[in-house]
Amino acid sequence: MPPAENVHWLFATGILLFGLCMLARALVGEAIWNRVAWRRYLLPAVLFGLGAAMWPVTVFFTNSAIHMIAHATWAELVMIAGIAQLGLAAGRLSSRWWSMTVPVAVAVSGAAFVIHEQNPWLFMRSSFLHHAIGWTLIVGALIPLALTFRPRSTALSAGFAALAISISVMLYADRDLAPIFGHFSPLAGTTSPADEVQP
Amino acid sequence: MEIELAREGVRGRQQDWRATAVALVGRLTVVAGVVWAVAQPYRLTLLDGYGHDLWDHLAQPPLLIIAVGVLFELAVARPLVRELRGET
Repeated sequence: MPPAENVHWLFATGILLFGLCMLARALVGEAIWNRVAWRRYLLPAVLFGLGAAMWPVTVFFTNSAIHMIAHATWAELVMIAGIAQLGLAAGRLSSRWWSMTVPVAVAVSGAAFVIHEQNPWLFMRSSFLHHAIGWTLIVGALIPLALTFRPRSTALSAGFAALAISISVMLYADRDLAPIFGHFSPLAGTTSPADEVQP
Repeated sequence: MEIELAREGVRGRQQDWRATAVALVGRLTVVAGVVWAVAQPYRLTLLDGYGHDLWDHLAQPPLLIIAVGVLFELAVARPLVRELRGET
Protein backbone atom coordinates (compact mmCIF):
# COMPACT_ATOMS: atom_id res chain seq x y z
CA MET A 1 0.00 0.00 0.00
CA PRO A 2 1.41 3.43 -0.84
CA PRO A 3 2.19 5.94 1.91
CA ALA A 4 -0.52 8.59 2.31
CA GLU A 5 1.73 11.35 0.95
CA ASN A 6 2.19 9.45 -2.34
CA VAL A 7 -1.59 9.11 -2.65
CA HIS A 8 -1.94 12.88 -2.12
CA TRP A 9 0.67 13.62 -4.80
CA LEU A 10 -1.02 11.33 -7.33
CA PHE A 11 -4.38 13.01 -6.70
CA ALA A 12 -2.64 16.41 -6.95
CA THR A 13 -1.52 15.38 -10.44
CA GLY A 14 -5.07 14.61 -11.56
CA ILE A 15 -6.40 17.82 -10.01
CA LEU A 16 -3.60 19.84 -11.63
CA LEU A 17 -4.51 18.40 -15.05
CA PHE A 18 -8.15 19.28 -14.39
CA GLY A 19 -7.16 22.83 -13.38
CA LEU A 20 -4.98 23.41 -16.46
CA CYS A 21 -7.73 22.15 -18.80
CA MET A 22 -10.28 24.32 -16.99
CA LEU A 23 -7.96 27.32 -17.40
CA ALA A 24 -7.51 26.61 -21.12
CA ARG A 25 -11.29 26.35 -21.54
CA ALA A 26 -11.74 29.66 -19.71
CA LEU A 27 -9.15 31.30 -21.99
CA VAL A 28 -10.50 30.10 -25.33
CA GLY A 29 -14.20 30.01 -24.48
CA GLU A 30 -16.63 27.11 -24.50
CA ALA A 31 -17.46 27.39 -28.21
CA ILE A 32 -13.89 26.70 -29.34
CA TRP A 33 -13.20 24.19 -26.54
CA ASN A 34 -16.29 22.12 -27.41
CA ARG A 35 -15.53 22.11 -31.14
CA VAL A 36 -13.58 18.84 -30.82
CA ALA A 37 -15.63 15.94 -29.40
CA TRP A 38 -12.98 14.35 -27.15
CA ARG A 39 -12.13 17.73 -25.62
CA ARG A 40 -15.80 18.26 -24.71
CA TYR A 41 -15.68 15.07 -22.61
CA LEU A 42 -12.19 15.63 -21.15
CA LEU A 43 -13.07 17.67 -18.04
CA PRO A 44 -16.07 15.50 -17.03
CA ALA A 45 -13.98 12.36 -17.62
CA VAL A 46 -11.13 13.64 -15.42
CA LEU A 47 -13.68 14.54 -12.72
CA PHE A 48 -15.26 11.08 -12.94
CA GLY A 49 -11.83 9.46 -12.88
CA LEU A 50 -10.86 11.36 -9.73
CA GLY A 51 -14.04 10.12 -8.07
CA ALA A 52 -13.46 6.54 -9.19
CA ALA A 53 -9.84 6.71 -7.94
CA MET A 54 -11.15 7.53 -4.46
CA TRP A 55 -12.59 4.00 -4.14
CA PRO A 56 -9.24 2.22 -3.69
CA VAL A 57 -8.44 4.87 -1.06
CA THR A 58 -11.76 4.08 0.66
CA VAL A 59 -11.07 0.35 0.58
CA PHE A 60 -7.40 0.29 1.58
CA PHE A 61 -7.07 3.23 4.01
CA THR A 62 -9.42 1.96 6.70
CA ASN A 63 -7.97 4.03 9.58
CA SER A 64 -11.39 4.61 11.12
CA ALA A 65 -15.09 4.57 10.32
CA ILE A 66 -15.07 8.34 9.78
CA HIS A 67 -12.27 7.91 7.21
CA MET A 68 -14.20 5.30 5.28
CA ILE A 69 -17.46 7.28 5.36
CA ALA A 70 -15.67 10.50 4.31
CA HIS A 71 -13.77 8.82 1.45
CA ALA A 72 -16.83 6.88 0.20
CA THR A 73 -19.15 9.90 0.25
CA TRP A 74 -16.47 11.92 -1.48
CA ALA A 75 -15.97 9.27 -4.17
CA GLU A 76 -19.70 8.98 -4.83
CA LEU A 77 -20.35 12.72 -5.14
CA VAL A 78 -17.33 13.42 -7.36
CA MET A 79 -18.37 10.52 -9.63
CA ILE A 80 -21.96 11.83 -9.73
CA ALA A 81 -20.63 15.29 -10.66
CA GLY A 82 -18.50 13.75 -13.41
CA ILE A 83 -21.41 11.69 -14.77
CA ALA A 84 -23.73 14.72 -14.71
CA GLN A 85 -21.16 16.77 -16.62
CA LEU A 86 -20.73 13.93 -19.13
CA GLY A 87 -24.51 13.86 -19.58
CA LEU A 88 -24.58 17.63 -20.15
CA ALA A 89 -21.64 17.46 -22.58
CA ALA A 90 -23.30 14.67 -24.55
CA GLY A 91 -26.64 16.49 -24.63
CA ARG A 92 -28.39 13.68 -22.73
CA LEU A 93 -29.10 16.10 -19.89
CA SER A 94 -30.33 19.61 -20.54
CA SER A 95 -31.32 21.17 -17.21
CA ARG A 96 -28.67 23.55 -15.91
CA TRP A 97 -29.50 22.34 -12.39
CA TRP A 98 -27.36 19.25 -13.10
CA SER A 99 -24.39 21.62 -12.88
CA MET A 100 -25.21 21.98 -9.18
CA THR A 101 -23.62 18.55 -8.68
CA VAL A 102 -20.18 20.19 -9.06
CA PRO A 103 -20.45 22.73 -6.20
CA VAL A 104 -22.02 20.02 -4.03
CA ALA A 105 -19.10 17.67 -4.81
CA VAL A 106 -16.55 20.44 -4.12
CA ALA A 107 -18.21 21.42 -0.83
CA VAL A 108 -18.54 17.80 0.32
CA SER A 109 -14.89 17.17 -0.63
CA GLY A 110 -13.96 20.12 1.60
CA ALA A 111 -16.14 18.85 4.44
CA ALA A 112 -14.60 15.38 4.07
CA PHE A 113 -11.09 16.86 4.36
CA VAL A 114 -12.02 18.79 7.52
CA ILE A 115 -14.06 16.02 9.16
CA HIS A 116 -11.57 13.20 8.72
CA GLU A 117 -8.65 15.28 10.02
CA GLN A 118 -8.96 14.79 13.74
CA ASN A 119 -5.76 16.59 14.79
CA PRO A 120 -5.56 20.40 15.26
CA TRP A 121 -4.15 22.75 12.58
CA LEU A 122 -0.58 22.95 13.93
CA PHE A 123 -0.20 19.26 14.88
CA MET A 124 1.99 18.72 11.81
CA ARG A 125 2.05 19.71 8.15
CA SER A 126 -0.45 17.14 6.88
CA SER A 127 -2.96 18.21 9.56
CA PHE A 128 -2.55 21.86 8.60
CA LEU A 129 -2.97 21.07 4.91
CA HIS A 130 -6.08 18.94 5.52
CA HIS A 131 -7.71 21.84 7.34
CA ALA A 132 -6.49 24.42 4.78
CA ILE A 133 -7.60 22.36 1.78
CA GLY A 134 -10.94 21.58 3.41
CA TRP A 135 -11.83 25.20 4.13
CA THR A 136 -10.50 26.35 0.74
CA LEU A 137 -12.84 23.84 -0.94
CA ILE A 138 -15.82 24.74 1.25
CA VAL A 139 -15.44 28.48 0.52
CA GLY A 140 -14.31 27.80 -3.08
CA ALA A 141 -17.52 25.85 -3.76
CA LEU A 142 -19.14 29.25 -4.20
CA ILE A 143 -17.29 29.59 -7.53
CA PRO A 144 -18.84 26.52 -9.26
CA LEU A 145 -22.13 27.48 -7.59
CA ALA A 146 -21.94 30.89 -9.30
CA LEU A 147 -20.91 29.13 -12.55
CA THR A 148 -24.23 27.26 -12.47
CA PHE A 149 -26.00 30.58 -12.91
CA ARG A 150 -23.39 32.28 -15.13
CA PRO A 151 -21.87 29.41 -17.13
CA ARG A 152 -20.26 31.69 -19.74
CA SER A 153 -18.36 33.82 -17.22
CA THR A 154 -14.63 33.79 -18.07
CA ALA A 155 -13.70 35.15 -14.63
CA LEU A 156 -15.63 32.43 -12.79
CA SER A 157 -14.18 29.67 -15.02
CA ALA A 158 -10.67 31.03 -14.44
CA GLY A 159 -11.45 31.24 -10.72
CA PHE A 160 -12.50 27.58 -10.67
CA ALA A 161 -9.27 26.68 -12.48
CA ALA A 162 -7.28 28.68 -9.92
CA LEU A 163 -9.10 26.83 -7.12
CA ALA A 164 -8.14 23.44 -8.61
CA ILE A 165 -4.52 24.50 -9.18
CA SER A 166 -4.18 25.86 -5.62
CA ILE A 167 -5.60 22.61 -4.21
CA SER A 168 -3.04 20.62 -6.23
CA VAL A 169 -0.20 22.84 -4.94
CA MET A 170 -1.33 22.24 -1.34
CA LEU A 171 -1.55 18.48 -1.96
CA TYR A 172 1.96 18.44 -3.46
CA ALA A 173 3.23 20.22 -0.32
CA ASP A 174 1.91 17.42 1.87
CA ARG A 175 4.32 15.15 3.79
CA ASP A 176 3.32 12.40 6.22
CA LEU A 177 5.69 13.60 8.95
CA ALA A 178 6.88 17.19 8.64
CA PRO A 179 6.68 20.40 10.69
CA ILE A 180 4.43 23.33 9.85
CA PHE A 181 5.60 26.88 10.65
CA GLY A 182 8.06 25.40 13.15
CA HIS A 183 5.36 23.35 14.89
CA PHE A 184 5.60 19.58 15.09
CA SER A 185 3.64 17.78 17.77
CA PRO A 186 5.72 15.43 19.93
CA LEU A 187 2.85 12.97 19.46
CA ALA A 188 3.31 12.92 15.68
CA GLY A 189 4.96 9.69 14.61
CA THR A 190 4.95 8.18 18.08
CA THR A 191 1.49 6.60 17.95
CA SER A 192 0.22 4.05 15.48
CA PRO A 193 0.74 5.35 11.93
CA ALA A 194 -2.88 4.38 11.28
CA ASP A 195 -3.97 7.01 13.79
CA GLU A 196 -2.13 9.93 12.31
CA VAL A 197 -1.42 9.37 8.62
CA GLN A 198 -4.59 10.20 6.80
CA PRO A 199 -4.94 10.23 3.03
CA MET B 1 -17.30 47.80 -44.38
CA GLU B 2 -14.65 49.58 -42.35
CA ILE B 3 -16.47 48.71 -39.11
CA GLU B 4 -16.54 45.04 -40.16
CA LEU B 5 -12.80 45.12 -40.88
CA ALA B 6 -12.12 46.80 -37.54
CA ARG B 7 -14.21 44.15 -35.73
CA GLU B 8 -12.30 41.35 -37.46
CA GLY B 9 -9.04 43.00 -36.47
CA VAL B 10 -10.08 43.16 -32.81
CA ARG B 11 -11.30 39.55 -32.95
CA GLY B 12 -8.01 38.50 -34.49
CA ARG B 13 -5.98 40.23 -31.82
CA GLN B 14 -8.12 38.61 -29.09
CA GLN B 15 -7.62 35.14 -30.62
CA ASP B 16 -3.88 35.77 -30.84
CA TRP B 17 -3.75 36.85 -27.19
CA ARG B 18 -5.69 33.74 -26.17
CA ALA B 19 -3.46 31.47 -28.25
CA THR B 20 -0.36 32.94 -26.58
CA ALA B 21 -1.89 32.49 -23.11
CA VAL B 22 -2.86 28.85 -23.77
CA ALA B 23 0.59 28.13 -25.21
CA LEU B 24 2.18 29.54 -22.05
CA VAL B 25 0.13 27.46 -19.57
CA GLY B 26 1.77 24.09 -20.31
CA ARG B 27 5.26 25.55 -20.66
CA LEU B 28 5.02 27.45 -17.37
CA THR B 29 3.87 24.25 -15.68
CA VAL B 30 6.96 22.43 -16.98
CA VAL B 31 9.16 25.33 -15.83
CA ALA B 32 7.54 25.18 -12.36
CA GLY B 33 8.34 21.46 -12.12
CA VAL B 34 11.96 21.99 -13.22
CA VAL B 35 12.44 24.88 -10.75
CA TRP B 36 11.04 22.72 -7.94
CA ALA B 37 13.33 19.82 -8.91
CA VAL B 38 16.35 22.13 -8.80
CA ALA B 39 15.28 23.82 -5.56
CA GLN B 40 14.50 20.56 -3.74
CA PRO B 41 16.47 17.76 -5.45
CA TYR B 42 15.74 15.46 -2.50
CA ARG B 43 12.14 15.24 -3.75
CA LEU B 44 13.51 13.21 -6.68
CA THR B 45 14.08 9.63 -5.57
CA LEU B 46 15.65 8.93 -8.97
CA LEU B 47 18.77 10.70 -7.70
CA ASP B 48 18.91 8.37 -4.71
CA GLY B 49 18.00 4.88 -5.88
CA TYR B 50 18.43 3.11 -2.55
CA GLY B 51 16.05 3.08 0.39
CA HIS B 52 12.97 3.88 -1.67
CA ASP B 53 10.13 1.64 -2.72
CA LEU B 54 8.13 1.48 -5.95
CA TRP B 55 5.63 4.14 -4.80
CA ASP B 56 8.42 6.63 -4.07
CA HIS B 57 9.70 6.20 -7.61
CA LEU B 58 6.21 6.35 -9.09
CA ALA B 59 5.17 9.55 -7.32
CA GLN B 60 7.93 12.17 -7.49
CA PRO B 61 6.11 15.52 -7.32
CA PRO B 62 8.41 17.63 -9.56
CA LEU B 63 8.41 14.92 -12.23
CA LEU B 64 4.62 14.55 -11.97
CA ILE B 65 4.22 18.29 -12.56
CA ILE B 66 6.57 18.17 -15.56
CA ALA B 67 4.61 15.17 -16.93
CA VAL B 68 1.29 17.04 -16.57
CA GLY B 69 2.79 20.10 -18.29
CA VAL B 70 4.11 18.02 -21.20
CA LEU B 71 0.83 16.08 -21.55
CA PHE B 72 -1.19 19.29 -21.50
CA GLU B 73 1.14 20.97 -24.00
CA LEU B 74 1.04 18.08 -26.49
CA ALA B 75 -2.58 16.93 -26.16
CA VAL B 76 -4.46 20.14 -25.36
CA ALA B 77 -2.48 23.35 -25.89
CA ARG B 78 -0.94 22.71 -29.33
CA PRO B 79 -4.18 21.62 -31.06
CA LEU B 80 -6.01 24.55 -29.43
CA VAL B 81 -3.36 27.04 -30.52
CA ARG B 82 -3.46 25.65 -34.06
CA GLU B 83 -7.24 26.10 -34.13
CA LEU B 84 -7.04 29.64 -32.75
CA ARG B 85 -4.26 30.72 -35.12
CA GLY B 86 -6.09 29.09 -38.04
CA GLU B 87 -9.06 31.33 -37.39
CA THR B 88 -7.18 34.60 -37.37
